[in-house]
Amino acid sequence: MGFPHREYPAMLSSLQCFFRMNLTLPRTLAEKIIARAANLDRVKSGDIVTCQVDLAMMHDSGGPRRVAPILKRLGVGVWNPDKVVLVSDHYVPGDDDNAKSILQLTRDWAHANAIKNFHDMKGICHVVLPEHGHLKPGMFVVGGDSHSPTGGAFGCFMFGIGATDLAGVLVTGETWIKVPATIRINLSGKLRNGISAKDINLALCRKLGMGGGKYQVIEFAGSGIENLDIEERMTLCNMTAELGAMTGIIAPDTVTEQYLESVGAGGTNSADWQSDPDANYLEQHDLDLSDLAPQVAAPHSPANAGPVEAHVDTPLDRAYIGACTGAKLGDLHMAATILKGQTAAPNVRLMVAPASVKILADAKADGTFDILTAAGAEFLASGCGICAGYIGDLLGENEVCISSTARNFQGRMGASSSKVYLASPYTVAASAIRGRVTDPRGFLERVAHD
Amino acid sequence: MTDDQKIFSGRAWVFGDGINTDVLAPGRYMAAPIKELAGHCLEALDPTFAANVQPGDLVIAGEDFGVGSSREQAAEVLKLLGIGAVIAKSFGGIFFRNAFNLGLLAIVCEQSATIEAGSKVHVDPAAGQICIPDKNIILTSEPVPDFLLEMANRGGLVAQLETRLLGKAGKNDQ
Ligand code: SF4
Repeated sequence: MGFPHREYPAMLSSLQCFFRMNLTLPRTLAEKIIARAANLDRVKSGDIVTCQVDLAMMHDSGGPRRVAPILKRLGVGVWNPDKVVLVSDHYVPGDDDNAKSILQLTRDWAHANAIKNFHDMKGICHVVLPEHGHLKPGMFVVGGDSHSPTGGAFGCFMFGIGATDLAGVLVTGETWIKVPATIRINLSGKLRNGISAKDINLALCRKLGMGGGKYQVIEFAGSGIENLDIEERMTLCNMTAELGAMTGIIAPDTVTEQYLESVGAGGTNSADWQSDPDANYLEQHDLDLSDLAPQVAAPHSPANAGPVEAHVDTPLDRAYIGACTGAKLGDLHMAATILKGQTAAPNVRLMVAPASVKILADAKADGTFDILTAAGAEFLASGCGICAGYIGDLLGENEVCISSTARNFQGRMGASSSKVYLASPYTVAASAIRGRVTDPRGFLERVAHD
Repeated sequence: MTDDQKIFSGRAWVFGDGINTDVLAPGRYMAAPIKELAGHCLEALDPTFAANVQPGDLVIAGEDFGVGSSREQAAEVLKLLGIGAVIAKSFGGIFFRNAFNLGLLAIVCEQSATIEAGSKVHVDPAAGQICIPDKNIILTSEPVPDFLLEMANRGGLVAQLETRLLGKAGKNDQ
């Protein structure tokens, strides 16, 4: 059998047309990165594909102590030590014997496996990675931590995996994924004074819920992005984890390029890593930033968010400015704007754990450290600290804390009876002054009038 | 695969929505040996769970089971306690992967809320059927894809990698 000869030319041209169409069909940024990593011309959502990993990030908790026994059982080493970045942050500063031994095991493993990119107690992984220029647009990156979507701020496809998956990557250099669809959040307008990316995240958690991301990609786009600096974009992508997304992503622009240049990671072509104009989205949501009020998420879920008014005057025992989500330099600046010339209420402990050693140094150099210290802030080590709830001065029975971190699950930061309210660094700082949940805008009006 | 392995039964422990990694594997015990951590699994919601759960029991939940951290101890402690499968309306994406990687079945069932605490449940993960014989109810679940079911039945990703690596070594030897 076969086609009559005269039909060949027609068939050929329709085939060519089909392939050309397929190659030029509009694609999302995530699809472009995944297709490149999977070495395929194109991928579509729902496909199961195997991707080559450009970089694998892991930390002291989910890293060596979990993967070393697996590698030993398999009798193999790391596929490419130069594509691994290891960060000690969860058990920093190592103030008990267990924590100390985990940190030491991490060091020993890094040494034994020739991991050059080992950042030992230098800060929280999601902040340390970009600081050292490890992330560039278009990269396919896995991270052994659920807030790995933070890397999306740099135009990477970076998502979180568990330790066994990580071990699989360390052995093979690849991993499987079910290609996600993209949910596009169109941001317009500009945030008002005293409102931050964290408020955007909390508003989205309320609107979409913790499963709203459907383990797909959330791409932030629209004119509102231009007004957000790189750290605010990191916060936006970071909390796509709380939206149940596989990851978050933002296409690179001049803000991204300038940042990458400053950390020695410049030179990528941003134009290559954009969603095509007619790309297919699973859902689209619009958010006008100029409408947004400060948000607070009540215990015990980020999705219990709503305008600050609902919780004003709730009495507090602690105010915590910490985590990859809420203790970058810009976050400390927000807190300092509110706390300048003020002091925390006597019955409230104001605690600040800068997200990296570099951020602490920058805060010292620009006067932010002094403002916060004068306001009564206790400075803690640059690590996950009580955000992870692993070590440190955890919340005691019935303690109530307002926190710039990402999660307020029951018992996460200490006792099961403790309560955590999530808010922006502005709102945490204002609440520290009054010892009660407080709308930060009142303090900003005061600053304006002074 | 025999039919015995394909279809299994267990007694239901029922939890609600948003059961997160931090209540499955509380942070303050994360540095402890896994057996000790397992003793604290879900204690914030039900202090009797870890002590009373029996091998083969099933965990039933609502939306977003395992949402939160990437810590795979959240799945590992359930496996260690002998849980046969988690049946939920939806799962946190990382937990879902972790569960299969560790040989624990995670089954998506839209009507998981129909299952009552203590009831006996038959599960056919490949066919996507959940049967509650006492009530004469059959629920549909999302069929677990073959490659995940095979991985879980083999004991997880590491066992699978072992076979793959040994396979390679075998070829090189020839
Ligand atoms: S600071 Fe908190 S959210 Fe960030 S990586 Fe550490 S534990 Fe996770």
